[in-house]
Amino acid sequence: MKKVHVQTTVNGEETEFLCEPRQSLLEVLRDVVGYTGTKEGCLTGDCGACSVILDGRPTDSCLVLGVEAEGKDITTVEGLADGDTLHPLQKKFLEHAALQCGICTPGFLVTSKALLDRNPNPTEHEIRYALAGNLCRCTGYDKIVRAVQDAAAEMQGR
Amino acid sequence: MAAQQEHKFKVIGTRPIRHDGVDKVTGRAQYGADISLAGLLHGKVLRSPHAHARIKSIDTSAAAAMPGVKAVLTAQDFPEIGPGMAAMGELPINPQHMSLNCIARDKVLYDGHVVAAVAATSPHIAEEAAKLIKVDYEVLPHVQSVVEAMDDKAPILIPGLGKGEDGEPTDTNVANHLQFARGDLAEGFAAAEVVIEREFDTSMVHQGYIEPHNAVAQYSSDGQSTIWVSTQGAFTARDQTAFVLDMPPSKIKVIPAEIGGGFGGKIPIYYEPIALMLSKHTGKPVKMVMSRADVLKATGPTPGSHIKVKMGADKDGKITAAEVWMAYEAGGFPGSPVGAGCMCVIAPYDIENLQIDGYDVLVNKPKTAAYRAPGATNAAMGSETVIDELAEKLGIDPLEFRRINGAKEGTAQPAGPKFGQIGFLETLEAAKDSDHFKSELPQVEGRRVGRGLASGFWFNAGFQSSATVAINTDGTANVVTGSTDIGGTRASCAMIAAEVLCLKAEEVHPVVADTESIGHTDMTGGSRVTFATGTAVYEAAQDVLKQLKERAAKSWKVDADKVVFQDGVFTCTENGNESMGLKELAGKLPRTGGPVAGRASVNPRGVGPGFATHVVDVAVDEETGKVDVLRYTAVQDVGKAVHPSYVEGQMQGGVAQGVGWALNEEYVYGEDGCMQNTGFLDYRMPTCLDLPMIETVLVEVPNPGHPVGVRGVGEVPIVPPPAAIANAIYNATGVRMLDLPMSPPRVTKAILEKNG
Repeated sequence: MKKVHVQTTVNGEETEFLCEPRQSLLEVLRDVVGYTGTKEGCLTGDCGACSVILDGRPTDSCLVLGVEAEGKDITTVEGLADGDTLHPLQKKFLEHAALQCGICTPGFLVTSKALLDRNPNPTEHEIRYALAGNLCRCTGYDKIVRAVQDAAAEMQGR
Repeated sequence: MAAQQEHKFKVIGTRPIRHDGVDKVTGRAQYGADISLAGLLHGKVLRSPHAHARIKSIDTSAAAAMPGVKAVLTAQDFPEIGPGMAAMGELPINPQHMSLNCIARDKVLYDGHVVAAVAATSPHIAEEAAKLIKVDYEVLPHVQSVVEAMDDKAPILIPGLGKGEDGEPTDTNVANHLQFARGDLAEGFAAAEVVIEREFDTSMVHQGYIEPHNAVAQYSSDGQSTIWVSTQGAFTARDQTAFVLDMPPSKIKVIPAEIGGGFGGKIPIYYEPIALMLSKHTGKPVKMVMSRADVLKATGPTPGSHIKVKMGADKDGKITAAEVWMAYEAGGFPGSPVGAGCMCVIAPYDIENLQIDGYDVLVNKPKTAAYRAPGATNAAMGSETVIDELAEKLGIDPLEFRRINGAKEGTAQPAGPKFGQIGFLETLEAAKDSDHFKSELPQVEGRRVGRGLASGFWFNAGFQSSATVAINTDGTANVVTGSTDIGGTRASCAMIAAEVLCLKAEEVHPVVADTESIGHTDMTGGSRVTFATGTAVYEAAQDVLKQLKERAAKSWKVDADKVVFQDGVFTCTENGNESMGLKELAGKLPRTGGPVAGRASVNPRGVGPGFATHVVDVAVDEETGKVDVLRYTAVQDVGKAVHPSYVEGQMQGGVAQGVGWALNEEYVYGEDGCMQNTGFLDYRMPTCLDLPMIETVLVEVPNPGHPVGVRGVGEVPIVPPPAAIANAIYNATGVRMLDLPMSPPRVTKAILEKNG
């Protein structure tokens, strides 16, 4: 199948790739560009393990084609930390033990970042609503919600 | 075993950042599907579209001719494994069934059963090629309910499975029947003031781990093979693959990748032997990743079941007799966890007269696997709701009723052995003292609210583990084990070593090794890692300590028994009380005799069983049948919590899965015997929005069989939720729910029936 040239920005870096029109953005990120932090859980947009931020919006990268990334701005879990300095969400996920197996964690972190970017001070319900598209099977969500609450508080200087 | 005085622990009981944490929040951690090798090919399979059929012929020519396709295999390309049992560790296994479950030979036994495999240069080509394989099936009648499968006229899945009185093979779908019995049932029921008898049906459910199964395999022409895989047990994956491919286990090295959840479902193998065989046929490494639909259709969910429970109690609330009959879906091959269900049902209670019958029944569904306290949750749905009803009929508070009958040290388990030091009554006390239990029921406008309670039991496991602990010259330590870390066991093992060596948790570096780098270690399952591997780590750290004392003694020219170790310092009790810190001694090791490493291999028998008592408040919408969980408290005897956050996490996660099992999750099969809800949209697991915060109460009754008092904690929290929620729904609506899941249509129907 003939490949298409795509120019995009991933984690702040201009990135070019060639992909088949049938390849999802998830597949391209993982297998072509090399960002394997974004995970595949279902390929049907139900689990959120493949969440990325696409032009500011949390998006299931399994439901987007690689070719649709042309000219877009993409943030993956690899783009959250600033060098060795973890993003407050990453730090709080660790402090609150908000991950067990860790496979859903990149998706939760990315979706939580998108939430806090647009709503720096969410209520518990708003957090649960925003994260309802991300499935976690290990934690029962309790510690994830607390980690997001705590990260929001820290980022607000509270 | 060492003393368990809590005040002496410095590391155990604290909450350090887990060692593998940063890799897991930055996306660096390598799970099975993240692994890539030069020249990698991709494998896909063709699966049966029928629940039960004979394979007449398979034509692979069109697939093989497709550009990019490098190999197409059917069962004919795999060794044919003969009948008979073998041992894997302490567990009996059937290599023939294992092999036929990986790839069908003459018959397919369930929707999704693998019939052929393709390796190609891209996953898309492999997928397209698989569709070009033509299979000629003779479709056979199928059977999917245990009750129908036990009927004489039922279609037979595996001919000759049974044994007649003359020892000759007979045709039956009942693979096994076991029974525990004691006392006199008739006498017990005669002594009862109230007798309750109920029948239950529970649906097949899936573990629902977010990471699909995967395997990357590289066959080398000298026969030495490597498999990278997300598995609960590198050694068990190796041994099963060796059985299926009729290879010596020593020819296979399994490198465990990070694992994205398992809950029992990643103990069996699926793609490991297929990927290795594809690699053998192509000379290239082959990667296989399962789709979500295939994970649901054709891996190892936990059985649906049909359960009958009859119990009687006298007017003082003492249970006089219990009779339990349980038939569990094995799936296409024998091996449901009905035995564990029999061991767990009514185990929290001291009952003199009992009979428990368990049947392992073949049905045309995927071969079931372990799922968190396998077998116990189904069973508790029956027994714990009947207990609620008994208590109600006798006018006794359900918590008090459980206390009256509660098992304690010396109580005989249903299977016979007596309990050692256990904490069931303590969980009841702690539940009674909880904020939740003492609180008023919250009111919700337009809804009926209710509170329910249920208890659960899981025996936990021991099994084999190995560990090495090595001291670095900077005074830190490395801990190497063979236990897959699914939910924080690197941290708990490192903390146990740190406790022994008086190091900080961060000064111990835990490693999960491959099958050639550590002694045999059984799978991560049975809530056994912090117990059994933790014991190995403890003993290996003690071995290190012994060697360090000898080294210090040597430099002080005294006997080793003249050296004591306290608070990280070695002190000589003679010659003027010289002392040296562990770090200082570590730095001197190269010049005082060389490196120090300790090792231990264990098969510990002092397993400490786990008990839990859960309290739940629900709101029921009587019009739609939707049940909302308003508040949830899980109380559990955890022995000693090494890292309390991850213990709480196990409890919360178990509750969440139990809530899903209770309210939403089920395998839906059409009349054609095919699964209809093969995605997370329709196989509806709880989301963030479906659950409240999950409160936890950790009761610590130490397990005397473990050096720091650990009991397994991972499994028992899934046992009480369905029964607790059923009891809460009854409290709210007056309707006794007998089937799982208690989904909106079922709840509405039950309410309508009650209201006439």
